[in-house]
Amino acid sequence: MSKQQTTGPVLEIEGLRIALPEGADRPLAIDGLNLSVNAGEIVCLVGESGSGKTLAASAVMRLLPEPHVRVTAGTVRFEGQDLFQLSEKQMRALRGSRMSMIFQEPMTALNPQKRVGWQIDEVLRLHTNLSRKERHARVLDILEQVRIPDPASAVNAYPHQISGGQRQRVMIAMALVLQPKLIIADEPTTALDVTTQLQVLRLVRELQAKFGTGVLFITHDFGVVAEIADRVAVLRQGELVEQGPASEVLNRPRHPYTQALIAAVPDLRPPKPKDFSGAPEVLRVANLKKTFKPKRSLFGRRRNAVVAVDDVSFELRKGETLGIVGESGSGKTTVSRCVTRLLEADGGSVRLGESDVLNASRRDLRALRRDIQMVFQDPMASLNPRKRVVDLIAQGPIVHGEDPEKARARARELLSLVELSPAAAERYPHEFSGGQRQRIGIARALALNPKIIVADEPVSALDVSVQAQVLKLLADLRDRLSLSLLFITHDLRVAAQLCDRVAVMEKGKIVEIGPTATVFSNPTHPYTRKLLASIPGRNWTPPVLAGNAA
Amino acid sequence: MSLIEAKIEAAPPSAWSELWRRYRRNRAAVLGLVLLGLVLAMAATAGLVEPEDPLRRAGEPLIPPFTSWATPLGTDQLGRDILAGIFHGARTSLLIGIVSTVIAVSIGILVGSVSGYFGGWIDDTLMRITEAFQTIPNFVLLLALVAIMGSSLQNMIIAIGIVSWTAPARLVRAEFLSLRGREFVEAARNLGVGDAGIIFREILPNALPPVIVFASVIMAISILLESALAFLGLGDPNYASWGNMIGMGRSVLRTDFYCVAIPGIAIIVTVLAFSLIGEGLNEAVNPRQKKS
Repeated sequence: MSKQQTTGPVLEIEGLRIALPEGADRPLAIDGLNLSVNAGEIVCLVGESGSGKTLAASAVMRLLPEPHVRVTAGTVRFEGQDLFQLSEKQMRALRGSRMSMIFQEPMTALNPQKRVGWQIDEVLRLHTNLSRKERHARVLDILEQVRIPDPASAVNAYPHQISGGQRQRVMIAMALVLQPKLIIADEPTTALDVTTQLQVLRLVRELQAKFGTGVLFITHDFGVVAEIADRVAVLRQGELVEQGPASEVLNRPRHPYTQALIAAVPDLRPPKPKDFSGAPEVLRVANLKKTFKPKRSLFGRRRNAVVAVDDVSFELRKGETLGIVGESGSGKTTVSRCVTRLLEADGGSVRLGESDVLNASRRDLRALRRDIQMVFQDPMASLNPRKRVVDLIAQGPIVHGEDPEKARARARELLSLVELSPAAAERYPHEFSGGQRQRIGIARALALNPKIIVADEPVSALDVSVQAQVLKLLADLRDRLSLSLLFITHDLRVAAQLCDRVAVMEKGKIVEIGPTATVFSNPTHPYTRKLLASIPGRNWTPPVLAGNAA
Repeated sequence: MSLIEAKIEAAPPSAWSELWRRYRRNRAAVLGLVLLGLVLAMAATAGLVEPEDPLRRAGEPLIPPFTSWATPLGTDQLGRDILAGIFHGARTSLLIGIVSTVIAVSIGILVGSVSGYFGGWIDDTLMRITEAFQTIPNFVLLLALVAIMGSSLQNMIIAIGIVSWTAPARLVRAEFLSLRGREFVEAARNLGVGDAGIIFREILPNALPPVIVFASVIMAISILLESALAFLGLGDPNYASWGNMIGMGRSVLRTDFYCVAIPGIAIIVTVLAFSLIGEGLNEAVNPRQKKS
């Protein structure tokens, strides 16, 4: 590879404009996008959901769902060649060989019916004249390069037989096997756990440097940007608001929108710890156990039981926030369901004040539910789409015998407490944005005047700026109403900002528990250390910007 | 936080007008509605056409249609006015269609929701019973029931309801299976809502649209089942019904085909109306299925 090639642009987008079908929320998905990617460079295209970043990528690959969504103006040049002038056949020859794509969800992007080796081999079969033997050697070689353990047996595995991180490696192997000049990666690590995410990011960086590939990396996560980007382009509602070198945009953002986005990224340094030793204990969980036994069918083989929660103990004091952090499959969600008895635990005890939750009768349990309420992860799925907001919020008190008129009046008050307009009361959930729905969910949880709120990933489905607002609201309400919060999250940044103490879970066990500041600065368990070291952009501290610090 | 308040848009059109807007796009479905309106009008005005008994003798037997002012559609072999029979038959057919569908859908919703919500052995038991009903051909079971209970109109309606509940039961069960794991159901449980409240207030309203669509199909089938029974001579002879008319006309089919053809057309029009409405409703309720 000559020096000249590594510096020239592989991809040049000029004045790109993409029209959306009639009735969409705006006429243009992308309006006048100018962007170039040089060889050997990683350009991050950052934006919140609906900013048009994925459509921009599809336009480059000419994979837009035409004719509903179509390019109306602009050019896209790949190695100097205008892509919009090419025939579909010429385009097919380019895709996969000279330019390739990595998708967000490796499980759906791989064909579940075909072996991993076959799928990588297909790329070679379509674009090269290599013999079978040569192709097999290439497949093994690329699998080795993406560091799949034991490539020889991985070749014969089906996608469901390997882990999520390995599937994403296979996707990367497929994208890289012909050493393309350009890779478009659409949120390739969003579906992965932090530890896997870091490995995959490092792999992309390393292989890209080795092959001199230009990468257009689409993400919503500024941590990932800090980890990987050479240059950053920020997209808002289809308009490019800022573009520049990564260090420049991350540390000295100019456009107010970029400033607001970066200000919304939670800081990894926890605030000063508060002292709760004098506060009364509201929840004590001791030796909680839950095993998922597989359903035995008549002739089926017996499968292994999964221990989801293994001997988990913790206590929660009044006004305190305990974060339960861990990766997917660590059992943190199961803990939240057992504590609220939406799932029946197999052993241990949960004491809410003086009452025993796990052994409460149906009637006692109903009364206990007043004190412990939940906020769910997906604000759309957790609100009954056929109920008005006021009825959703008033439902709890009405079930517990409150006069319906009074309950509805109180529901309207709660709306203003969660900073929604009173006009929202008569609407249905689908009329609201994600952040507004989560506010409704919070109002519903508050309607019963609970002592404890169990929040299961309440902000992970939200955009970063909305996430910051909802977190602020939660913290605010906690302090005003002296609530105790059991906060389940996979996002250590969020945990750092909100939680007084954190419990780190791995494979159903709490491996470390302590004040957030102590755990973050002085982790004792190796798993905690690994988790903390995997946070994307951990060495980058979001700058405190005047005027946006609040 | 004035920003958030401002973001809530003006109220969109109500759910009903939105449904009607989408329904209207399908011309065939609108035709179905017109045809149903026609049948309803016939049922409503039956008393004006024949204020007394539609089964009374109105003139000479076997007058061909369009020959006499007194009996515009002619008479059958007993001299009964066919026009009066068609108008009063519309009442009977609609009654059968609506009541037996209500019976079938009610049983179906009850069995399906309990089965889908609780799962486990309750589900197993109820589904085995459903399968037992499904393995016997509908019409054979209907014949057996009518033979046992006797063929009065009420018994026929009940019997048709009993043979038609399995499909809606399975439909409701499938909807419940996918809905019961949703977070809003967990949210309701966490508020302390009881099982009955969750089944009927939380899940059922979300599971209903496909059932309502399917109900129009059941109505069409119920009307056909009654006609088939009557054709075999098992109908209730005390009511004017299209099936009875066809059953009677069978014996003069070669010489005076209109005795069979006219009520036959009435049945076709009604069944077609329900089928078209069902299809139109389905498209209006699931707009995404149609989009390519």
